[in-house]
Amino acid sequence: MNSRLLSIIRKEFIQIIRDKRTLALILVIPIMQLFLLGYAATNDVRNVPLAVFDQSRSTEARALLDAYRAADYFKIAYSVGSEAELQQLIDRGDAKAGLIIPPDYASALAAGSAQVAFILDGSDPTVASTALSAAQLIGQTHATGILAEKVSRSGQNLKLQPPVEVRTTVWYNPDLISSYFMIPGVIGMILYAITAILTASAVVRERERGTIEQLIVTPIRSWELVFGKILPYTILGLFDTIEVLLVGHWWFGVPIRGSMMLIILLSALFLLSGLGIGLLASTIANTQQEAMLTVWMTLLPSIFLSGFFFPLDAMPKVLYWISYLMPLRYYLTIIRVLLLKGVGIEMIWNDVTALTIFGVVIMGAAAMRFRKRLD
Amino acid sequence: MKLTLKAAKLENWKTGKRNNMITVTNIQKSFGHTHAVDGVSFEVAPGEIYGLVGADGAGKTTTLRLLCGALRADAGDVTVAGYDIRQQTEQARAHIGYLSQRFSMYEDLTVLENIRFFAEVRGMKSNEWYPRCMELLDFVGLAPFKDRFAGMLSGGMKQKLGLASALVTRPQVLLLDEPTTGVDPVTRQDFWQLIIKLVSLTPGPSPHGGGENEFPSPAGRGVRGEGVSVIISTPYMDEAARCNRIGFMRKGQLIAEGTPGQLRSILDERILELRGSPLPLLKQIAAQQPGVEDVRAFGDRLHLRVEAGQAQAVMRLLKTTIPAGGGTLLDSRPIPPALEDVFMALAHDE
Repeated sequence: MNSRLLSIIRKEFIQIIRDKRTLALILVIPIMQLFLLGYAATNDVRNVPLAVFDQSRSTEARALLDAYRAADYFKIAYSVGSEAELQQLIDRGDAKAGLIIPPDYASALAAGSAQVAFILDGSDPTVASTALSAAQLIGQTHATGILAEKVSRSGQNLKLQPPVEVRTTVWYNPDLISSYFMIPGVIGMILYAITAILTASAVVRERERGTIEQLIVTPIRSWELVFGKILPYTILGLFDTIEVLLVGHWWFGVPIRGSMMLIILLSALFLLSGLGIGLLASTIANTQQEAMLTVWMTLLPSIFLSGFFFPLDAMPKVLYWISYLMPLRYYLTIIRVLLLKGVGIEMIWNDVTALTIFGVVIMGAAAMRFRKRLD
Repeated sequence: MKLTLKAAKLENWKTGKRNNMITVTNIQKSFGHTHAVDGVSFEVAPGEIYGLVGADGAGKTTTLRLLCGALRADAGDVTVAGYDIRQQTEQARAHIGYLSQRFSMYEDLTVLENIRFFAEVRGMKSNEWYPRCMELLDFVGLAPFKDRFAGMLSGGMKQKLGLASALVTRPQVLLLDEPTTGVDPVTRQDFWQLIIKLVSLTPGPSPHGGGENEFPSPAGRGVRGEGVSVIISTPYMDEAARCNRIGFMRKGQLIAEGTPGQLRSILDERILELRGSPLPLLKQIAAQQPGVEDVRAFGDRLHLRVEAGQAQAVMRLLKTTIPAGGGTLLDSRPIPPALEDVFMALAHDE
């Protein structure tokens, strides 16, 4: 290999290793992010605190409460004596849902039809919508149970069956565990953020500290400087990928169904875009701080418009189109598909092609702008 | 004033027949609307120390950056060791050692690691760089500090490290941008001794051959033919006086050029020294006299710059006007001009 390039890479590694704090951040932050997002950024709704105002105090009412208790979704946290008390609990946020059972519940049920009131705190729509369907489902199942019992008690040997039955099967992630969805996202985000920010600041640092002036008068070619800077961070980025992947696999049980080789290869392809963005930012910024902010400005839209947290299909058309400009979008599709579905590259050609085009274009633009001169 | 400046320029070293190490022809560089360098031309011979002097913002740093190709000139040509810096940038740079005004070594690398890096990227093989680095560290006196982080060096040591690293590939041209600014006087002396050693080498037979005893310093080994050419920018007049030739810059232009002696001769018979009291009164009176261009206090005496041929007239005039104004004139006499006087005269001459 070219000896100038080797010296630059060697120098860059010495500097990375000397800067213990940054090195620690590079190695630890991905794991922190992984745990944070693996646990906290979950859409799973469990143990919603429920306040119950049971005016009936009958066996029938207790049966209904048992049905709610049996499902994981709700936790009967409060039993109150008045509607006002229930409202207060929800106002304060202590309870997220309230169930009001009227005094005549048992008799109405016996007569044929009873009503209960279910109140939900809608201030968090994600929780509310899941809790809403859960509450309805529990209620309906309970009602069907009561009906079936009634019918059988009346002596009719009639099998109660709905005319149409929809049998659902969830593939790839049957338990709908959201960390399976989040962790591939974390990998993508970390790869992008680390490579872009580190590359940008590594290049800008030379300018900020004045060392670029000495580099300029050496016979180093621009591309050698670019590659010498990028290569160490590519290696760190890939190390982070494997690190997050393995911790995600062993700790969170995220399946790795696709080929590990393909995952690493396509991650490296995605790195091209991150490095390119970093390099491009370094040609614009004069200080490390500016470089960091420039990268940050591309990072946030990337995260929000890549389908990391929010489904792209639900977005307004304009945003949906913009999302095509986010390299992270393609990588997230690729990594999720490879991890969870375990299909080969033939199923994701479109995304791989898009990612390649992005990588080459961004890198090319950055390399064109990058000049080994002061002006 | 204008006429004498032109005379100084005509008298300068331009023999035209010399094999110049550096030839600068009418270079120009603008940043936005500012003409940082506006048509500068000069030549430097092998083994010559050329001083670029001028006030801050006169264009010295930009000129040096144009010479090493760190900046691209808007117009004009620069030739270093026979290579055009624009067309044959890397070949030209192979002969240039550059020490920028700002410390530009890696603070988180050690002294040796820094020199090694710059040696390697300049194409030195692994078996070449170590002896050369140690030789240079001995030369600049940093050998005991070779494992110290560059960021932990004192200002003077940092500059010596910069010099060592600029010299590592035996350049024929050394560009030094205010290398001694902010460095203590003792280290400044050391630094100048190093520069003088570099240029004052006698010719040697071959880069790696024998005859080492002929050389006053190990750093000079392998410098072909004649000593290194140095272009140094400096705000210090005592340093300017040590150069073989000085180019004086103002507002991006080279307005005077010559040996220190030639430049001083511009003001021959034009600097008067006055002693007397009270000094503030003398200063006030002297400044009002016709033919006096500038009055400055030097300790317990005044230095007057007068128009050419007016020295005797001014002295006669002062003998009457000072007592008339209530002051005492003890002595007035013409003194040989210092470079500083020339510097001040040129800097304020519009």
